[in-house]
Amino acid sequence: MTNRSNALPTQEMTINMGPQHPSTHGVLRVILTTDGEVVTRAVPDVGYLHRALEKIGERVTYAQFMPFTDRLDYLAAMNCNCAWAWAVEKLAKIEVPERAEFLRVIVCELNRISSHLIAFGSYTADMGAFTPFLYGIREREHVNDLFEMICGNRLTYNYARVGGVSGDAPPGFLEKTREFLDYFEPKIDEYNNLISYNKIFVHRLANVAVIPAEEAVAYGLTGPNLRGSGVPFDLRKDEPYSVYPKFDFKVCVGTGERGTLGDCFDRYMVRINEMRESIKIVRQAIAQIPDGPVLAKVPRVFKPPVGETYFRSECPRGETGIYLISDGSVNPYRLKIRTGSFVTMNIFEKITRGLMIADIVAVIGSFDIILPEIDR
Amino acid sequence: LEAQAIFDTLKGKFGDAIVELQGEGFSPAFVVVAPAAVKEVSRFLRENPDLSFDVLMCLSGVDYKEKFAVAYHLHSLKHRHAIGVKAMLPRETPSLPTVDDVWPGANFHEREAFDLFGIVFDGSKDLRRKDYKYPDSYHGIKV
Repeated sequence: MTNRSNALPTQEMTINMGPQHPSTHGVLRVILTTDGEVVTRAVPDVGYLHRALEKIGERVTYAQFMPFTDRLDYLAAMNCNCAWAWAVEKLAKIEVPERAEFLRVIVCELNRISSHLIAFGSYTADMGAFTPFLYGIREREHVNDLFEMICGNRLTYNYARVGGVSGDAPPGFLEKTREFLDYFEPKIDEYNNLISYNKIFVHRLANVAVIPAEEAVAYGLTGPNLRGSGVPFDLRKDEPYSVYPKFDFKVCVGTGERGTLGDCFDRYMVRINEMRESIKIVRQAIAQIPDGPVLAKVPRVFKPPVGETYFRSECPRGETGIYLISDGSVNPYRLKIRTGSFVTMNIFEKITRGLMIADIVAVIGSFDIILPEIDR
Repeated sequence: LEAQAIFDTLKGKFGDAIVELQGEGFSPAFVVVAPAAVKEVSRFLRENPDLSFDVLMCLSGVDYKEKFAVAYHLHSLKHRHAIGVKAMLPRETPSLPTVDDVWPGANFHEREAFDLFGIVFDGSKDLRRKDYKYPDSYHGIKV
């Protein structure tokens, strides 16, 4: 930032960024107060995509809510599907066949790869490099093909079920998945050569919007945004659920390799590195997957016991926590979904103070927010 | 620490402000707290070295028909334990102190609870209506 005390006095101006703006990743409105190019205040105004999903959850049965979870985070619908299934199973203490858990982990990690590909691609596009976006979309297409194979859908999968998954992997699915991993793994190096260490790209990201570790914790950031600040916390490792303890993988954290620890570049690099770890997990899952049924016997009219539970799982955009209150009937009594993007928007106003307008775009991209998850 | 030990610590410190422990069927267990004491209890939970609940995972408004409630889910990165805190509020005047100066991350959750349930968080730095663009005639979620 330049020293502005000697500069000519300028009048502050209030500008709307969004709700329809290509770099806000959806219907996010940011009210900018600017002094020239410098942002003195950026207030995010959320809620344009509110569909009252939590209220809908109270009106439908536990099983009927599954397709709605697809609409929580459409870039990582598998993770949201499974989060819902895990939460209900925790509430009702349902045992899930092991093969189903392996299939869930495989699809969740594949979805994490495809979600991070979009994050990577759209971020580089925001920063002015359009080609990597096409690369990301190209690779994501392979994941979509795999998902179409296993559940018939390419965006909203509705694959998990309370007690398992909707269907076993078709013949050839696991081989195709392995082929995809072999094809995809070298591509990450290609991305790094192409854009990650590009001088202009690094300049736009490094030292921008630094979040110190203690601040990230205090604001409740989770997922890559927390790990970008150097906090090695990953629910798959630290509060393991499903069959994650069986797999060997590393928790990626920011290192401040091109600037300050916790800047935009660190958050970006965490996602790139996490794709490698997801590849590792899927490879191990394919090697270890047992035979057997994929769906437990759950009664058609399904009533969990009275109680309250909070289940959280690691989604690509951070912790998705599901707070479920059951009154013993067929519907949830109260459902609250805490999502990574929603919590991340809370810190937005604090860390954007004093940045340039162009940096706001860099910050939004580095958070990898998705609006349906913020507004629910 | 286990939920019972956390409850005993709080009970020893705050006495009558700690109402009960909801353990059976609750995961994590909930410590029910008098609404007026929420801020002091929160600060103690965060700053006591044996507890150090540094992460507010979730804050939810709940409509229990006869009462409203605010449920806090806390986690400690240092000790890797979790606890819930709950404050029961009267339906007519649902208000309690904000915790956004204890955990700054509480702000968005509190705004959501205010918008959907009409629960007022006294002293909040930014409590605004209509995040969710409902009309003025809307009075919050009805059971």
